[in-house]
Formats: sequence, structure tokens, C-alpha cells
Amino acid sequence: MISDQPRTIRAKFRGGLGRFVLDTSFEVPATGVTGLFGPSGCGKSTVLRCIAGLQHLPGSFCAIDGDVWQDQTIFRQPYQRPIGYVFQEASLFQHLSVRRNLLYGAPRGAAHSESGSVPFDEAIDLLGLAALLDRSPHHLSGGERQRVAIGRALLSQPKLLLMDEPLSALDRPTKDEILPFLERLHQRLALPVIYVSHDMTEIERLADHLVLMQSGTVLAAGPLSVLQSDPSLPLAAGRDAAVNFDAKVEAYDAAYGILALQVDGGRLLVPAAPVAVGERRRLRIAASDVSLARASPVASTMLNALPARIISKSLIGASEVLVVLALGSNGSGARLLARVTRRSWDLLQLSEGMNIFAQVKGVALAQARDVVSEE
Amino acid sequence: MDGLSGEIWQPVRLTIELAAITTVILLIVGTPIAWWLARSKAWWKEGVASIVALPLVLPPTVLGFYLLVVLGPDGPGGLLASLWGGRTIAFTFQGLVVGSVLYSMPFVVQPIRNAFAAIGDRPLEVAATLRASPRRAFWTVAIPLARPGFLAGAVLGFAHTVGEFGIVLMIGGNIPGKTKVLSVAIFDYVETSQWREANILAGGMAVFAFAVILTMTLIEKRVARINA
Repeated sequence: MISDQPRTIRAKFRGGLGRFVLDTSFEVPATGVTGLFGPSGCGKSTVLRCIAGLQHLPGSFCAIDGDVWQDQTIFRQPYQRPIGYVFQEASLFQHLSVRRNLLYGAPRGAAHSESGSVPFDEAIDLLGLAALLDRSPHHLSGGERQRVAIGRALLSQPKLLLMDEPLSALDRPTKDEILPFLERLHQRLALPVIYVSHDMTEIERLADHLVLMQSGTVLAAGPLSVLQSDPSLPLAAGRDAAVNFDAKVEAYDAAYGILALQVDGGRLLVPAAPVAVGERRRLRIAASDVSLARASPVASTMLNALPARIISKSLIGASEVLVVLALGSNGSGARLLARVTRRSWDLLQLSEGMNIFAQVKGVALAQARDVVSEE
Repeated sequence: MDGLSGEIWQPVRLTIELAAITTVILLIVGTPIAWWLARSKAWWKEGVASIVALPLVLPPTVLGFYLLVVLGPDGPGGLLASLWGGRTIAFTFQGLVVGSVLYSMPFVVQPIRNAFAAIGDRPLEVAATLRASPRRAFWTVAIPLARPGFLAGAVLGFAHTVGEFGIVLMIGGNIPGKTKVLSVAIFDYVETSQWREANILAGGMAVFAFAVILTMTLIEKRVARINA
């Protein structure tokens, strides 16, 4: 059963589970990390379990890379699907050592060199597991356990990695310990991932695509930054609305410690530790950190004032306005959000379609994990 | 043990043999039953569980009586025995094994069922997402994780078989070397006023029972530690 849609994940899950009704349908690329985001109880974990085949909703459909896992007549059992699954709790096999946990799902036979497969040593290195191999799961910390669980899933050589809130059972410091591992995973492996979370900060750091869910339905699906900057979706209207970019390091000014980053439609300067030219970094710009100016500020301590065009505006409450901007003077670049007061909007006589300057007060470099503010 | 005839050891040997065979059969037969009872969602499964548990409540003589009917010359047991030229399964060692298996079944099935239930769905789901077929998941995850349950079931099944009396008397009779097990032997010694022999066997049983309970407690403690 090969359909004509390679490199996509198509899923349509419908059915009732007790009082809860799921009615979801989405299609996302089978590359990079797809975040499945929504409030607790919206059904995102159920969707993930359906993709894995751990839950069977008859009449649903699921195909990955044109390979049909479920339709009217087919239902492949979980063990017949090339997935890796990381549960909220590490769920290591308590009767096996770390090494034997890691190897439980690994294909048997020494000569396993399929393209795209993860060698044992690489997984160990990626997740920092070398020192844990001969220990028992009883003697691991929460973070270590979850890292082993991730390694175990990777070593089963999946074609799709499913992660069900892998960090939500961990405390803040442990989360911060594991997130960099996940980012490295994302950078070094070509494996598509579906990542369920109700924590937007995790999604912002990891996801390329997003499926937004609410009470059993899909609100929207698409590239992360597109959904973030869509004023009709709840993300943009929220207090902590922000947009993420993947930026390329263009230059590093060692004398001032300033990084120049290329984004679609503009160039951002960010004080940061040195990064090699050409590397990619994920940026986050919060709507509340962007202000608007009609003219390029002449004398200002602000590092970044980028030409941009106003795409749309929408009211937030009585006194604030959410403005969607497109970088570049022709308005063709990346989208940016700005949250300004309605008073300023009227005083500056701003309107949709107008070319303005977006002043960016703060840019967060995801990898450095510190918000760089310059005021 | 001077002055003691060898005959005192015969029932001991026979009892150990009976209990060992019974325990092995029960582990083989009881495991699928325990697995089904722990995992099935069938509404009638508690009915099956109650049948398995019947010997806990039923007087051994009642069970023995029905076994006598079934295994005796006029029952299906007699028919079966005729296959190898016998007349009956009752009053044979095989008959004792059948009776013991039924009588000790709940003591083996219950701990194994509890152990399977305690594992929960998660480890099996994890195994499935790691490409393990249900069969492989059963052998490599469920069985090892339920090991304390198997240990408890084996110890209880063995001990309970060693201690049975009523059923043995009903379907086994008292044939030395064939069906005369420990409990019956003690009864015999008392009947014939051989108090010294009775004392040795009874004392041995008391020590054995103590060891069993101690073992069980230690197993449970270990399980509690593993689950913590």
C-alpha cells in the first residue's frame, strides 16, 4: 500500500473514548520535529497513542511516508510499526540493566548498517549514557532514566519517533538538563519526531511544525512560525506570544561580542558568546519585546531596528493591539509579532500595509538559553 | 535415627515427589490461567476466578468426593484408566496428582495473577513499541517482572500440597509407597500409638511450615522493595 504522498504524516483519528470524543485530521511533513500542542486533556496523547497503534479507533486513518498503518481494512499492531515511543515516565524495564534496556529493541544481527540508522556508540554519545551502561534502572535519577528511555527508543531504529510529554514528569533543572540533548538529537539525526507537550517553551525550542489541538479537535497545523503569527489562533493572542526563527550566523564581532544573524528579510544583532559562522541558531522574539517606529531611529541604544511592513492588526482587550509584521521593506520576509498600546497605534497613525521599523528589544537564543536584553 | 524403620521415610519421599510434580504442573497450567485472569476484560472472568478459588472454601471431603466419582471405575477416570489396562485412577498416585493440582490451584494462580496485574499495561506497551511481539513481550518482560509471584506461587503450591489430608484420604486411600503421604502417615502413627514416629514427622512439618512462611515474608519484602 504505497500512496502518492512520500515524506508526509497523514493522520485522521475519529471516535469516542468514554465521554471524550476525538475528531482530528492533519497532515504534516515527515521531517523535523512536529509539536502536538494543546491544553491538558485535549487529546494530544491519545492521538500519539493512535499513531503508535496502542489505541485502536476503528474507521481512522494513519499513513507515514505513504506507508499505510491504519485504514478501513488495515490495522498494524504496535510491534509491527517502525516507531520509537518515549512515554512521560521513562518506564525502563526494571529487571534489565541500562545496556540491556538500550538493546531491547535494537535489531538483532551485528551487521546493521542501513542508511539513517543510529549506531549504538552514537546514541550513547548523543545522550551521554556511557557512564550508566552497567547500572540498574533503580539507581538512576529521573533525568538519566528519561535519557535512557530516549536512547532505547532511538536504538530500535525507528522511522518515526513519538514523544509523549517526555519532560513533564521532571522538575525544572532536570528539564533544562535534557532539553539540550533533545536539541542535539534534532540537529544530528534526520529522524522525524512527533513531540506532544502542553509547555510552549519546549515546543518553541524543538518544533519545526506545529499541530494545535483543542478539546479533541485540530485547530490548525503548519510551520511553527506561521501558526505563532496567525492572529486568529490562541497562540498570538496570549500574554507570552512570540515567534521563533531559524537564523544563520553571518558574522561575529569579537571586539564587541556581537553576533550577526541572518533571518528571512533582515539581519539581527545579538550580544552572545562566539558561534561559528554558518551555524544555525533558533531565535525567539516575544511580541512584547517588539516596538514600532515610523522612521529609522537616528540615535538609539537599540541594536535592532528592521524595516518591516504591517500585515494586520487585531485588538487585545481595550488598550492593546497585536500587530503582525513581515520583515523587509517589501513585506516578503519572516513574520514577527508586536504588541503595542492602542494609544501608540493611533498616535503614530499606523495602518495595515504601512512600511515601518520594528525595534527589537530582546532576542532569545535558544541554545544559549539566556534571554539577551539590551536596555 | 536408630530404631526407626525405613518406612518412616517412604511417606516423606512420596510427599515430596507429589508436591514437586503438582507444583510443576500447576506452574505450567496456572500461568496461562493467571495471565488470562489478569489481562482479560471478559465479564465472566470473575466466574472462572471463583471456580479456581473454590478449593479455598470447599471442605476437602466435598472435593474429594466428586473426584472419587469422576476418577473412579464408573466415571471418565475409569474409562481413561482402561486405556492402559487399569480399572480406576482413584487410589493411585496419578489420582493424587490430579486431586492435588485442583486443590492447590488457587494458591498458585492467585499470586501469579496478582503479580501479572501489578505489572500494569505500561511495560508491555513499551515492549510493543520496541518491536517485541506479544509472545516475546510475555517471555522477556511479563514473566521476569512477575518472578516474585511465581516464587510465591511455587512455594505456596508446594507447601499446600504437602499439607493436604482430606482429599488424600478420600481419593488416595492409604497405600504405602503409592498414596500414603505424610499427613496420612502421621494420622496412622497416632492411630497405632506410635507417638515417637508421629512426633518426628509432625515436628518436621512444623519446622517446614515455619520455613515456608518465613520464605514468603522475605519474598514479599523483596517485592515491596522492587516496587518502591
